[in-house]
Formats: sequence, structure tokens, C-alpha cells
Amino acid sequence: MSKPNITVYTPDSMLANPIVLIKEMIRDLLDSRELAWRLTVRDLSAQYRQSFLGFLWAIIIPLANTLIWVFLSSSGVVNVGDTPLPYPIYVFTGTMLWAILIEALNSPLQMAMASKSMLAKINFPREALLLAGIYKTMFNGLIKVVLVLAALLWMGIYPGWNILLFPVALASLILVGTVIGLMLTPVGLLYTDVGKAIPLLAQFLMYLSPVVFMMPKEGIYSTIFQANPLTALITTARAWLTGLVPELLGNFLIVNAIAVVLLMMFLIVFRLTMPILIERMGN
Amino acid sequence: MGETLIKVEGMSKKFCRSLKKSLWYGMQDMGSELLGKRHGKDGVLREHEFWALKDIDFEVKRGECLGLIGHNGAGKTTLLRMLNGLIKPDQGRIEMHGRVGALIALGAGFNPILTGRENVYVNAAVLGMSKQHVDKKIDEIIDFAEIEDFIDAPVQTYSSGMNVRLGFAVSAILLEPDILFLDEVLAVGDLSFILKCLNAVRELTNNAAVVFVSHNMQQISNFCTRVMVMDHGRVLADNQDPSKGIDKYYGLIKNEQTSLELGKAEVLSVELIVNNRELEDEEPTIPYGAELDFRIRLHIKESSAGANLYVNVMDGARSVVITMPIIDAAGDLNLLPNGIVEIQLSMGAIELAAGKYSLNIALTDSANKEILANDFGLCPFRITAEKVYWSKLVRHVIPKKIDILTQTV
Repeated sequence: MSKPNITVYTPDSMLANPIVLIKEMIRDLLDSRELAWRLTVRDLSAQYRQSFLGFLWAIIIPLANTLIWVFLSSSGVVNVGDTPLPYPIYVFTGTMLWAILIEALNSPLQMAMASKSMLAKINFPREALLLAGIYKTMFNGLIKVVLVLAALLWMGIYPGWNILLFPVALASLILVGTVIGLMLTPVGLLYTDVGKAIPLLAQFLMYLSPVVFMMPKEGIYSTIFQANPLTALITTARAWLTGLVPELLGNFLIVNAIAVVLLMMFLIVFRLTMPILIERMGN
Repeated sequence: MGETLIKVEGMSKKFCRSLKKSLWYGMQDMGSELLGKRHGKDGVLREHEFWALKDIDFEVKRGECLGLIGHNGAGKTTLLRMLNGLIKPDQGRIEMHGRVGALIALGAGFNPILTGRENVYVNAAVLGMSKQHVDKKIDEIIDFAEIEDFIDAPVQTYSSGMNVRLGFAVSAILLEPDILFLDEVLAVGDLSFILKCLNAVRELTNNAAVVFVSHNMQQISNFCTRVMVMDHGRVLADNQDPSKGIDKYYGLIKNEQTSLELGKAEVLSVELIVNNRELEDEEPTIPYGAELDFRIRLHIKESSAGANLYVNVMDGARSVVITMPIIDAAGDLNLLPNGIVEIQLSMGAIELAAGKYSLNIALTDSANKEILANDFGLCPFRITAEKVYWSKLVRHVIPKKIDILTQTV
């Protein structure tokens, strides 16, 4: 027979035994790789098989957003300030990168919500849901990046050797998005208010980040933009993509370091709260 | 019998009746979990909470099959979910030794757009099986589910029966558990497939500790070596003899007497006589094969030309199992006069399957067939037997003769 593994369930908090907690978490993370891959393949193939435009949807929405902002700026309805790049390029790269971040942010709660009945009935490594969400975001993100690169080259903007650093920026966009999403997931699974508030929050954050606007040079808004951790992510990613010099590299590194620590913490929170959430979700 | 694989000690679980409160308690519980405090407030019930399970103690050894029976809401499924580690206990302790498999949510993770074959891999991954393992068994799975022609069609084109068959096949073929949970899984599909499933389940249960939840007493008696009766979150009885547990469960089914109050005749009393002894108990338990008589006292008030009597035996679900038109020696319906009549019927050795029964007594006017009285749920009684059979009538048959024409060794 298989190894005699003993599982014990008690009312005690899993934090009471941190070594066991961490061991089991690592084991589950390793065990969840195959399931995460299956879920990714399942969701992506189902998504694209039932759609006529398929992969194009990964770019249609950011593209439409770009057109709207180009129109708003060229018609003088809004004044976006001087951008270091031609405005269409600035807003196109900005919305694409932003879309990747937001997809990563939405993914933990979305995956958990979509798997509610599975969570309620089957004991499987739930970390697989998070991992599958990350895989999907990566896949859709790569499609976006390829398109952006093609557009940049076509418009005569060459990223240079910095492009080799861009995967780091892409990973950190997904990392930070996932961390924020993971923080919202436990409460979001109990109260639907969280899920409803996320799009609002995302939109608000977008206007406080250099996505479609130029970063203000002075005043209160300059402070807010500076304080916004997403600012460093977007500017650095955009810089490496378009051959500019990244201005906020220090902030970028700090934000990522904090995000890694938060990721660890909230992975543990996710694990600790899951049985309680499943109980409150019902069958 | 092997080593103990499931050990439950003093386990309790609270649920909340109000959704709003439940969500808020969920927030509180998450808080205390993150602060490292014990779950469940040390057994204090908060507002709107009740014990869904209380003080559950039991053990299951390898090779044992524990049947969990009880009414809906008795806590059977909750208990399974806790054993499966889906939700935390509020008190007590659960210990599970070995690999856990469950035939509960068949076809988990199926996506309707994908083909049957793709979904087999998804479902298997959810159950923790590797692709290599599935590759080896995929033909066996398709074979078992009997859907060769459709395996590469999207699952949304499947009938519900095909869906269940595929889901069952994946679990039944791939699982090799030490501990197995079954929750009403054999309630679906057509008869021939159910029989096939029973064989597959039998094979899975052979070397595992099994917990089997079902409302089908025939399956319980067929599979289980032991029966636990649950009621309102408590264990009412834990019997090594399944037939005793099943009898206890039948005892939980409330018997309701109903009568058409027509006022033209009345059933005064019904007595049971078992093996020539009158029984006093309210709902006696009678062993299969006992000699059974009914003594019925009737008051016929207004029949135009005498009344005819029909006595029916009904099962727990109130379907008629035996109809007894009461006749005379000539074979005609007996004519009972107005007045008080006592009549004794002999049923001989009772051949009813284990279960719960009651009488329905009807009196009709012999001339115009008008119903004079019709009473249901009279004289409830239970039959116990070693084994619960599919049918309601069980006759053990000794052959007239047996000729062994050829014998092979």
C-alpha cells in the first residue's frame, strides 16, 4: 500500500503548528502543479473554442481603450500632458500593461468563485486554483506583449537590449496583481461586495497611475503618483519595452520585495481561511 | 479486519441558521484562525447557531464498511465533509490514516465545451491522479462508461446519464483509496449500469475503510458490516449488526394514522398476534418468518345490505404490498352485518422483506359499493431480517429436486 500518511483535523488554528503548516503548504504547492496545468489548459481551450475571434480578445479591449484615449487627447477633450513617447504609443503600452496587471488581480477571486462547487465537495490542493490563474494571465499577457512589440517595431521604436529585462517587469506586474487579488479573496468569497468593488477600484487606480496620463511633475498629484506602488511597475515595464531609461528603478525593486513578502503571508492566509470559507459557502 | 483508519473523538460542529449572521461569523472565525486561536469559541453557541453534529465518536477499521443512515438533515453529509477535511471541527478530533478517496461529486471539474476525453484528464487531475496514470487507464475508463462513440464529442452534448457514467468511471477506475466515502452515488443511471457500479464499488471497498451514506436499505444491508443511525446530529445507534441498525432507522419514520371520517363504519381496534402471542408494543418488531395474525374489531353502522372488508398491507412509503379481500369458504366476498364485528385473519408465516409496514382497512357497502370507512396507517409494525432484499416479498425456496447433470471441479 501507499505511505501511511496521517491527517488530523482539530479545532486548533493551523498556526499553532507552523512547521507542519509550512511543510504541508510546500507539499500542496508541489502537488498542485499538474492540476494547475490541467485547469489552465481546460479554461483556455474552452474559452477559445467557443469564441470566433479567439486569441484576439486578449488585445481587443486594450486596443479599444487606446483608440478612445487617442481620440480624447487629439480632440482636446482631455489634456494628458507631454509624454516621452508619441502619445498613441504611450497609451497603447500603458493600457496593455495595465490589462495584464488587472487580469492578475481579478484572477484569484474569479478562479475560487468559479470553482465553488468543487471546493465545497472535494479536497484538492486549492493552491492549484491560484497557480492556474497565474498561468492563464501569463498566457494572455504574452499574446498582448507580442502584439505590442509588433506595433512598436512597425512604428519604428526599437526597445534595444533592455527588452531582455522586460520578462522581469512582466513577472512583477503579475506578482503584484496576484498579491492584491489574493488579499481580497477571503473576504471576497464571503461577501459579493468585494467582487463588485474591484472594477471600480481598478479604474480609480488606473487614473492614479501613468497609464493614459503623464505623471505630474509637481503638486499633490505628483505625490500621489509617487506613492502609488503601481507607478513604478508601469513606468519600468514601459521603459524596458520602448527603450527608455527607467526612472523609478529603486521603487520598482522595493515594491517587488514587499510583494514577495506579502505573497508568502497571504498564501498562508488563503490556506488558513479556506476551510472556514468552504463552510460558509455551503454545498 | 485490519488496522483502524478513521478515528473520530468527541467531534462536534455548529451551523448557523441565518445567512447574514453566518457570513459575519465567518469573518470572526477567519480572524481568530489568523490570530492562532481555537476554532468554534470552545463550544459556545452564538446567536442563531445550533449543533449540526454533536459528540460524535467512532472508529472504522480497514475492511469495515460503515453505513450511515438517517433522515435528511441528520448530519450524514456534514460528517463526510468533515472526514474529508473540507470543514474544520468545532470540538473534538478526527484522525485519518492513509489515502482518502471519495465517490461524491462525480465529474468534478468537467467543462461542457471540452470533449469527454479531455474532461477525463481534468477530473482525474482534480482527484490527484497523474497524466501517466490516466494514459494507462483511459481505455478501461471509456469501456466502463460505455461511451466509445462519444468520447471525442463535447460533454455538453451528453445525456445526463452519460455524464454520470463517465464521472463514475473515472473515479471507480482510478481511485485506490485506503479510506473511501460514498454518498448516494448509486442512485442514478439505469439498472444495468447500477449493477455494474455495485460490482466496481465492491472491489473498491474490499481493502478499504468505507463510510457509505445511502437511503437505500437494500444497498446498506448489502455492503455494510456495521450501521450507524443518525438523528439531529447525534449518533442514535451504532450496531455491529446492520439489520438492527436498519430496524432502528425504520423506527424513526413517523407513522401517521389517517381516516376518511365518513361516519358509516369505524375500525375500533387492530391487534397483532405473533406466534400465537398477543403483542402489546406500540410498534412491534417481528422477525421475518413468524406466524402473524391480525385481530380486527369493526363497528359497521350504516350499510344497506352488509359490508365487504378489504385489508391491505402497506410499506413505509405507503404503497400497497399485499391486498387481502376477505372472502368466505365459497370464494365470495364476506358479508358483514351492521353491528360490532371481531374478525381474526391469519397471514401464516410472514414473507415480507425487512422494513416498516402498516395496515389499510377499507369497508364498502356490498350493494352500491359506497365506501363506508377507509383508514390508513393502522397497527404499524416492523419486520427485521438478516438481509434487506430489493423486493417486498421474500420467499426462501427449497427446490423440489436437484439433479446435478455434470460436475466440473
